[in-house]
Amino acid sequence: MAKRSAPEVNAGSMADIAFLLLIFFLVTTTIEKDSGLNRKLPPMEEDVDPPIIKQRNIFTVLLNGKDQLLVEEELMEIKDLRAAAIEFLDNNGDGTCTYCKGPKNSSSSDNPDKAIISLKNDRETSYATYISVQNELVAAYNVLRNRRALEVGPQNGFTDMNFVEMQKNYKDARFVGNKTKLKEVINQIKVEFPQKLSEVQ
Amino acid sequence: MSKFKKKSDGGTPAISTASLPDIVFMLLFFFMVATVMRENSLKIKNSLPVANQVEKLDKKNPVSYIYMGKPSAGYEKFGTESRIQLNDQFAELSEVGAFIGAERAALREELIPFLTVALKVDKDANMGIVGDVKQELRKVNALKINYTTGVGDALNNIK
Repeated sequence: MAKRSAPEVNAGSMADIAFLLLIFFLVTTTIEKDSGLNRKLPPMEEDVDPPIIKQRNIFTVLLNGKDQLLVEEELMEIKDLRAAAIEFLDNNGDGTCTYCKGPKNSSSSDNPDKAIISLKNDRETSYATYISVQNELVAAYNVLRNRRALEVGPQNGFTDMNFVEMQKNYKDARFVGNKTKLKEVINQIKVEFPQKLSEVQ
Repeated sequence: MSKFKKKSDGGTPAISTASLPDIVFMLLFFFMVATVMRENSLKIKNSLPVANQVEKLDKKNPVSYIYMGKPSAGYEKFGTESRIQLNDQFAELSEVGAFIGAERAALREELIPFLTVALKVDKDANMGIVGDVKQELRKVNALKINYTTGVGDALNNIK
């Protein structure tokens, strides 16, 4: 008697089943956004006497309810804000900053450590504009830090790496290189160009 | 019955669909891997602004989300002004502090200082509500915040 072979299972409907699952996942997928601007809020303090800061060390940015931008008492477009902020931070009025390339204008900031950007917004300011302004101010710091990173990096063995890439590499688990040294360089640059962005309530 | 059967020339041969399941499975696996199930269903309009100086939100540390925006279609009874949404429901400003407290209570103690609050705010919202929330966060000492944005040229935000 001939041995009967097992009948083959029809796999024709496999595609249908897979399609069903595929469509389910297509519909339910939302690729979440997980990037953004990190900020730190100032802690609540009991009435502390505000430190006395020279007027020329403060870069005032005002956003009114109509989304107009007033920088140092002058109307400005948002696209010009980055350059203005860089010029202010990099000014080096008292000449103590050896790595600055600013014009040493005596009516602008003393050095990056003393320079403070003050941002004030109205209740009616739109969030989109506020984020754009925040973005430009962060960009100004990043431009200066990137420039500094390209100067400091090669001495420490990190060539062709700007500040943003350094931070990215530091977080990246696959980065091959001396991470403790990288952290030192990052911290050094952060001290040289501290982010002093104060928001007025 | 003829001895020589005429070969049937049925035009072009059928395309084999045997590899179709493979292709579909490939797509299926991609979407299965890329899918993040939504934590909260949104009751507000939430189209985020864009920025280009963004940093990735560190998922190793705990993150709490606060949503803000105008109530979306179907929730018009909550008004047309921007509202706060915590978890799955609309919330008042005074509930923000309690929400952070609850989020902290769910965490291991050593992680509490690393709690980041991600603000997902609609781009049409105004700063009044955002400022109020920030003030509430300061009161409960939740100082690490992140303005969640898409990636793009920030100058496109303003039309």
